[in-house]
Order: sequence, then structure tokens, then C-alpha cells
Amino acid sequence: MSQTAIKTDWDFPAFAGEGHHEVGFIRTYIFSTDHKMIAKQFLAMSLIFLALGGTLALLMRWQLAFPGQPLPGGGIFPDTMAPGGIILPEFYNSLVTMHGTFMIFFAIMPLLVGVFGNLLIPLQIGAGDMAFPKLNMLSFWLAVPAGFMMLASFFVEGGAAGAGWTAYAPLSADGEFTGVYLGQQLWLGSLFILGFSSIAGAVNYITTVINMRAPGMTWFRLPLTIWALFVTAILVLLAIPILAGALIMLLTDQTLGTAFFLPAEGGEPLLWQHLFWFFGHPEVYILILPAFGIVSEILANGARKPIFGYFAMVLAIIAIAFLGWIVWGHHMFMSGMNPLLGTTFMFTTMVIAVPSAIKVFNWLGTLWKGNIHFTVPFLHAAAFVSLFIIGGLSGIFMASTPVDIHIHDTYFIVAHLHYVLFGGSLFAIFAGITYWYPKMFGRLMNTTWNRIHFVGSFIFYNLAFFPMHGLGLEGMMRRLYDPTQYGWLAELQPWNVFITYAVFALIAFQVIFFLNFIISMWRGEDAGPNPWRANSLEWSIPSPPPHGNFERIPVVHRGAYEYSAPGWDEDFVLQNEPPSEEAVQ
Amino acid sequence: MNWLLEPSVSTFGPDIDQLYYIILIITGIVFFVTEGLLIYFLVKYRAREGRKAEYIHGSTRAEVIWTAVPFVVVLVLALMSKPLWDQIKEPSLFPEGAYEIEVVARQFEWEARYAGANGEFDADDSFTLLNRVHVPVNQPVILHLEAEDVIHSFFVPDFRVKQDAVPGRRIPVWFEITETGEYELGCAELCGIGHYRMDGLVVVQSEEEFEAWKQERVAANGGQP
Repeated sequence: MSQTAIKTDWDFPAFAGEGHHEVGFIRTYIFSTDHKMIAKQFLAMSLIFLALGGTLALLMRWQLAFPGQPLPGGGIFPDTMAPGGIILPEFYNSLVTMHGTFMIFFAIMPLLVGVFGNLLIPLQIGAGDMAFPKLNMLSFWLAVPAGFMMLASFFVEGGAAGAGWTAYAPLSADGEFTGVYLGQQLWLGSLFILGFSSIAGAVNYITTVINMRAPGMTWFRLPLTIWALFVTAILVLLAIPILAGALIMLLTDQTLGTAFFLPAEGGEPLLWQHLFWFFGHPEVYILILPAFGIVSEILANGARKPIFGYFAMVLAIIAIAFLGWIVWGHHMFMSGMNPLLGTTFMFTTMVIAVPSAIKVFNWLGTLWKGNIHFTVPFLHAAAFVSLFIIGGLSGIFMASTPVDIHIHDTYFIVAHLHYVLFGGSLFAIFAGITYWYPKMFGRLMNTTWNRIHFVGSFIFYNLAFFPMHGLGLEGMMRRLYDPTQYGWLAELQPWNVFITYAVFALIAFQVIFFLNFIISMWRGEDAGPNPWRANSLEWSIPSPPPHGNFERIPVVHRGAYEYSAPGWDEDFVLQNEPPSEEAVQ
Repeated sequence: MNWLLEPSVSTFGPDIDQLYYIILIITGIVFFVTEGLLIYFLVKYRAREGRKAEYIHGSTRAEVIWTAVPFVVVLVLALMSKPLWDQIKEPSLFPEGAYEIEVVARQFEWEARYAGANGEFDADDSFTLLNRVHVPVNQPVILHLEAEDVIHSFFVPDFRVKQDAVPGRRIPVWFEITETGEYELGCAELCGIGHYRMDGLVVVQSEEEFEAWKQERVAANGGQP
């Protein structure tokens, strides 16, 4: 409690356990600098946005299956959105835009980076907290107003942004094209503020991983989650400023009369696409690399076997991060840019399939000759592998420029991106939440309900998204308010109805997860320090870990994947377990 | 609905479809092998009492093989794609003697502009058409795509033709259609609240029918044939 103790805490966050002190309610739960609490705050925020994003998807699916029919209970919407419960085209465009925005920026990205980055980096490298705890707190408290701004845009005149989450100019650059003025500006401002949150987080992660690894925690003993989060943080730090610059240019086009993207006054619409995707493609990898790390961790744990090809896995992460910077043009194959550029981006895009393939083969190698325990996190991680394979392979169709001519901007890409972002990232997030829930809350989630959630999600996820490949091949364009307006799409309407029912069921199963998540905080079984019999440092301390995490800074003796190592009684061995004579049988 | 494509009616359509099927077969094989291995491993190596996983850290030889093989495969796919892409999209390789039409996209309609006898699009005998584009069969056609307000995308699934129309740019698109008939045209880029109803029709006519139709249009427009 003394001044010195607080000073110690600040100067040597890694030793915070020694300077332990009581803090009040507000410092504990609201303006907390404890990385674990900040992770929980991000978790609460992003799960709320995940639920909101899902709700928007539900509204869109209703309209796609039953265009022009009143939404059950749709009377609650004002006439500017859905008069008599019938969704208006402008509201539909806002739904498309905000579904993507919520899911990418306010759900998946904070879940992967904000939650797991904050939770795991100090715990798994053996540090007491982040390098900059106050910056960390700022990172969360910038995300909150950004979220409120984004939500508020639904309620302003003209409604929320309706130019797609990609906000292509000129559509987004002048309100006269969409009827959305303030909504689009709030969208831009919100993402701009959120960008600072991400940058603050990234600076923190990078510094912490470089400087605060416990003694013995060499780079190649790091869990792959840390490698993935570290590389992701570098991508965030480099990519977000590009987005921020582009957002400001678009905002001044909207409000101050500049014309960066408006051709009538000498601007260039394709400039927006180049800037957006130069940020946007690294962003795609920001949304999947941490998932790779989580899945590697959990597959090895479930298989009770070292991760296959650890070094290759690290190299693949780095290769993807590097190549991710030189593939952005594949989003622009049909944009009218020079066809020679298209060819160039096709080659780089094809090559990025290679490190992705390496990861898949190494995951399979990890299972080979394992002793697989089908824990709930493992089920989600295995589902991740099977779905990521589909998402990866469908990418090859679009990488081939001539084939892309037919499927670009159709439901084929909608299927592809959901196989990567939902089948990939979100299943990895389910794996990660169910795996680290006991570490966060000290209790286990209910296994039976978790299994029901897993089975329902896996089945209905595939029923919802797999047929979209077929719709795309038939030429169904994305972001269509009413597909029955086109003759050749009206014939496919039964499929849209089918997909909508599958989405209803998929979302119903998510309710189970949310309820289990909340109820288990009070009712869950006591977890103990190491319920998964895992190796990394966070499992060597109580669940939840105390403020400052470690009693004493741990000394690391081995890598994170020493499962079933010879000479040990158990099929796991903690990274900080001393290699003493007694421990060896 | 399945993994097969609807038949295409342009000269390069079958080439695109062939490339699609090659990728479908390759990815299909990879899909069944990897998913098959995944399921096989999950079943075969499920936990049993008294068994321990084998302590294996990896294999350099395996890493080299599964790095090199995908690399070669994707490289071959890219090399196969390049000439077809150039043939379709590279303006310097467009066929000679194509019939040229201007297509202007705006919220939320397509306007086709036909040149007069002198080849000018603003001649007395030039004319425009809304949401319909008439083209002759078995003859290369070049559309000069423009957009007046926001980005739209000219998409005719049966032709395997798609190209964004970008304000401030004039982007040429070519195709040659091998069967007469009416084909639906859609907008593939979100362009505002009417994006979903920006449909049109491309009417492919025999040369004689096309010429007769043009004369008729010019007469109807009051110009001199």
C-alpha cells in the first residue's frame, strides 16, 4: 500500500506480485490496469457486438429469404428502417455495412487481439502485467466510445452507413449517393478512434513480448499463440495508420469539400481501394493469425503431443505476415486497374497459399500418432482445421484471375470469407474461450451444453454457408436487397430460404453458448490451476491468477509443447517445472 | 445447384470454365485427402487407457515436401491463368474489327450508346438505349464502360464477363458471343439503394437482325439512316 510498493509496480511490472496492493471497485472492474481484467472487459464488449452483428445478419437473412414480407416483431423498427416491419433497401444496406463492421472491427478483432492478446501475453511469457498497463487501459477505453459512436449512427438522420464495410468511394464520399450523411461520418470517426485503441494495444504487445519474457523464455520456447499475437501486433501497428489516413481523406471529402476520391473534381476512386486494401489485406491476417496460434496450442494439448514442426509454424506465420502486404490487389481484379497488375497480384496471392498449406499439414502432423482427448476446445480447434481447409481452397479459385471474373463480388466470396472468418476465426475463438475460460473465471463451462453448442454450430454453420458457393457460381451478386428482382436468381430462391433457416438454427445454438458462458461464472465446476493438463506458464498459477500473476518470476526450462515427453510420469510438463532428479522417473 | 457451371455462350467462356474445373479437381483432391486424414487421425488416435502419444517434434523431409508441392501447384495454376487473363482483359490484345458500343452506368440503370454511320457516338444518327444492349452474334464486341456517379459493375454471368464501371474512367471490355438470345445483365458492385434492381438485358442477334434493328432505331430516333 505504500508509495514504494506502487512505484515498484510501475517500474518493474514483472515483479508486481511483490508489490501487491488492494485497489477499489472502480480500479478493479472499470478503470483497471490489470491485463486480465482488461481482457475480460474486451471480452464483454466484443461478445455484445458479436451478438449484435449476428442479429443484423438475422434481419438480412429474413429479407433475403422473404423479400418484402413483414418481419415478425418488426413493428419495433421506425418507419425510416422498416415501415410495417418491411425492411427498406436503405436499411438493408446499413445492415450489410454494419454487420461487416461490427463483426470485423468490434467482434473478431477485439476477441482475438484484445482478449487473447491481453490475457495470454503476460501469462504465457511469465510477466506480471503488460509493459504499459495504463496505455492498456486507454486502449480499452478508446474502444468503448468508438463502439457507442458506431451504434449511435443507427439513430441519426439518414441512418447508419450504407456503403459496405469497405466504404468504396465515391459511394461513401458524398451523402447524395446514399442519403447517408452523418451516419457515414460517424462510421469514419468511430473507426478512426478505434484505430488508436488498436495501436495502443499493439505497442504494448510488441514491447511486452520483447522485453518482459521470463528468464529462460527464449524466442523459440514461446507458445505459438505468443508468436502469432506478436506478429499480429506488428501488422496492426503498420496497417492501422494507413486506414486512419484513408479515413481522414474520406471524411474531408465528405465534409470539407476535398476531392481525393471524387473524379468530377480530379480525384481518383481507385485510390480509396488501394489504400483500403493495403490496410485491409493485412487486416485479414490480423483476423486469422491469432486463431492459428490458439488452434496450435489446443490441438497439441488435445493430442497430448508436441506441435509438429514448431519452427516451420513460426516461419509460416512470419511468411504470411510478410506476403500479406503484397496481395491487396486481388480485391481489385475487376476494378479496372492495369491487367498486368492483376497478374502480379495473382502470383503473390497464389504463393500465400503455401504457408497456409504448411500450417494445415503441420496441424495434421500434430494429430498423427497422438492420444487425442476430445475436449470441447479441441473439438472447436479440429473444426477450425476442417473449415479453414475449405476457406483456403476456395481462395484459390478467386486467386486465378480468369476464374475470378465470374465469381468476383458474388456469394462465392461471401462463402469464402465466412469460411475463413466464421469457420476459421470464430471457431478458434470458441476454442480459445472454452479453453481459457477456467483461467479467466476459475470455473469450467458446462461441458454438456458446450458439446451441444459445438455440434449444432458445426452442422448449421455448414448448412448455412456451404450452399453459398453454389449461389455464387450461379452468379448471385453480394449485397443484394432482393435477389428475386433478377430472373436467374429468382429460380434460386429456395436456396435462400434454406440458408435463412440454417442461419436461424445456427444463431439459436449461439444462445446456448451465451447462457452457458454467463451461468458458468457462478455455477461452473471449480477449475483448479491446470484443468487441461497443459504446459504453458499460465497453468502453473491459480485460476484466476492473482493481481501480478506470479508469486515469483518463473524460470523457464523448456518449450511449450513437451507433451508425452519421455522420462516424465505425466503426459505433460510445465514449462517452469525444474528438471530435477526427483521429477525424472 | 451444384459445383458445375451453367453453360457459357462467349468464345472465352469455355476456357474460363475449363480452368475452373482444373482448380476444382485439384482442390477437390486436396480437400478429400486432408479432410480424410483429419477424420482418420481423429478416429485412429483417439485416447485410450494406458496409451501415450508418440513424442515427435516434426520432420524436415515432410516440411520440404509439403512446402514444395503446393508451391509448384499454385505456380502452375498462376501460369495457366495468365494467358487467358491477358486475352480477356489486356486492351492491346483485343481482337481487330470489333463492333464498339458505349455503356454508361448510373444509379440505377445502364445506358447503351450506339455510334452513327461515321463511327461517332454523338452523331445525328447515333442513339441510346436504356437497360438493353443489343450486340451481333459471332463478332467481337467492345463495350466502353463509363460511370456517371458511383462505381457499378457490368456482369453478365452467361458471358463470364464482369468489369467495374468507374467514374472518371473509360474501361474497354470485349467479348464475342456464339449464340443468339437474351441474356440477363446485373450490377455486381454495391451502388446504393437501387443496387438490387439494376438489371438489364443483353440481346444477341444475328448479323442481319442486328443491322435491321439498328436501322429501325435510327429511323425511330429521327436521324438520317
